[in-house]
Amino acid sequence: MIIHHPILGPRDAQEFVYLGDASLIDRPDGMTAGVEAFHEYLYQRTNPAGEHQELWYHEQGDRSWLVITRNTVTHEITKVELARDVARSRGRSQ
Amino acid sequence: MRYSGFRVIAEALTGHKGWKPVWRDPTPQAEYDYIIIGGGGHGLATAYYLAKEFGQARIAVLEKGYLGGGNVGRNTTIIRSNYLLDGNEPFYEFSLKLWEGLEQDFNYNAMVSQRGIINLIHTDAQRDAFTRRANAMILHGADAEMLSREQVRAVYPWLNFDNARFPIKGAIAQRRGGTVRHDAVAWGYARGADMRGVDLIQNCEVTGMRIENGRIRGVETSRGFIGAKKVGVAVAGSSSKVMAHAGMRLPIESHVLQAFVSEGLKPLIDGVMTFGAGHFYVSQSDKGGLVFGGDIDGYNSYAQRGNLPVIEDVAEGGMALMPAIGRVRLLRTWGGIMDMSMDGSPFIDKTPIEGLYFNGGWCYGGFKATPASGWCFAHLLAKDEPHPTATAYRLDRFLKGRMIDEKGQGAQPNLH
Repeated sequence: MIIHHPILGPRDAQEFVYLGDASLIDRPDGMTAGVEAFHEYLYQRTNPAGEHQELWYHEQGDRSWLVITRNTVTHEITKVELARDVARSRGRSQ
Repeated sequence: MRYSGFRVIAEALTGHKGWKPVWRDPTPQAEYDYIIIGGGGHGLATAYYLAKEFGQARIAVLEKGYLGGGNVGRNTTIIRSNYLLDGNEPFYEFSLKLWEGLEQDFNYNAMVSQRGIINLIHTDAQRDAFTRRANAMILHGADAEMLSREQVRAVYPWLNFDNARFPIKGAIAQRRGGTVRHDAVAWGYARGADMRGVDLIQNCEVTGMRIENGRIRGVETSRGFIGAKKVGVAVAGSSSKVMAHAGMRLPIESHVLQAFVSEGLKPLIDGVMTFGAGHFYVSQSDKGGLVFGGDIDGYNSYAQRGNLPVIEDVAEGGMALMPAIGRVRLLRTWGGIMDMSMDGSPFIDKTPIEGLYFNGGWCYGGFKATPASGWCFAHLLAKDEPHPTATAYRLDRFLKGRMIDEKGQGAQPNLH
C-alpha cells in the first residue's frame, strides 16, 4: 500500500506503524468518565467491513501521526490527514 | 454409510458405484431449536457435539458460502496445547485429547498426525520462559520436554545453529502436537452432524436477527426468516459483522493472516517447528510442500489477501532459520481473516440477549481449538453454563480485569 502523506507525498506503508481505529483520539476525560466509558473506549471496536478511519504513525519518516480513511475490504486509501488536524477539529489538543 | 477398509476394497471391486453424497442439501425448516451461524470448523463441530454428546435435536447450521470455505480451509493445520496461562492451557489440552480420538469418534480420516512440535530457543531468557511454560503444561496434564542444542541438532542438523544474531540454544518440545488434514476436519464434522439429523444449509447468509424483548426469536437470511429458540454464532473473522445485527460491538478487530506453501520437496522437516527470534512457523505436508506462515499484516482487513511486505518478512524469518531453503520456490500464498481479540484469547460466552451465544476471537489459533471449541460451545448452548475448561472465555473479561494475555501485549490486537 502507498500512503499519500499530506507533507511528504507518496510513502510505502512499510514506513508506518499501525495503531487502530481513529476513535482512539476521543479518549474520555479521566477525571469524569467512569469505568464503563473507558472500557468502551479502550476495548470495544466497531470493526467495520468497508470504510475505516484509522491511526498510522510514520515511524521511519517524520514521526507524524496520520488519520487514514481506508476501505478494509479493498485496502483502497481515500483520505490521509494529519492526526493533529483531525484532533483539533474534534476540539482536542487546543 | 460407515467408512472402513473393507468398504474401500468392496467399492474398488464393484467400480465405486456405491458411494453416496456425504451430506444432504436440505431446505430450511420454519423453526429450529438451535441455529448455528457459520459452517466452518467450529460451527460444524458445535452442531456435531450438540447432537452427539448433548442429545439435542432440531439443529441447523447456516453457512453464507460453502461448508469449510473459510479459515478451516486456510490455516496451516497445526495442533498443539503449549499454552502458559490457567485460562487457556486446560482448554487447549482438552482439545488435543479430542484430536487424539477424533477419527474413531466421527469415523472419518482426518489424517491426525502427532509428529511433534518444537519451539526453538535463542536466548537464556527465552529458555527460562519456555521452561516455565513447560512446567505449566505438565502441571495441567499435557506433555512437554526441554531439548538441548545437541538434541535439536540430532533431528535437524541443517538448521542455522550458529547464526550470529539468533543462535539456536535448544527447544521446548511437545511430542503430542502435530498436524491434521484441515479440510477433512470440516468434512468429518459435517458428515457426522448430518448423519445425526443436523440440517447443513449452505448459500444462506444471515442478514439480520429478530430480537423481541431482549430475546432472540430467529434470524433473517438470504433464504427467508428462520425461527430458533437459541442461536450460536461461530463466524470468526466476520464476528463483528454478524454480531452487529444484534446491535453489539465486540473487543475484536479483523486482520488478515497470510500462509504459504512451497513446491514439493523430499522429506526435510519431521514435525512442526517455530523460530523463536522472529515470527515463523513451518511444517512439511505429506505431499512435500513446506507449509509456513508468520505475522499478520497488522492493519484491519476483511480482504482475504495480504500484501508483499509481510511475505518478505516471513521469507526472511525462514532464511534466518533454514538457509537451505533459499532456492526453494514458493508455490502459493493466501490469506484468511482473523478475529484478533484485545488480549489474544477467544470468547465462548452468552450475550446480553437471551438465547444468543457467541464463539469467536480465535486470533490465529482457532484451528487447533476446533474440537474443544465445538464441544464447549455445545455445552454452553445445551446447558446454559460454560464447560469447566472454558469458564475464562467471557465477553466481559476486560471490564472485570480478567484478561488472558499470553503475550502480555495489552489492548493492541495486531501485536498478539
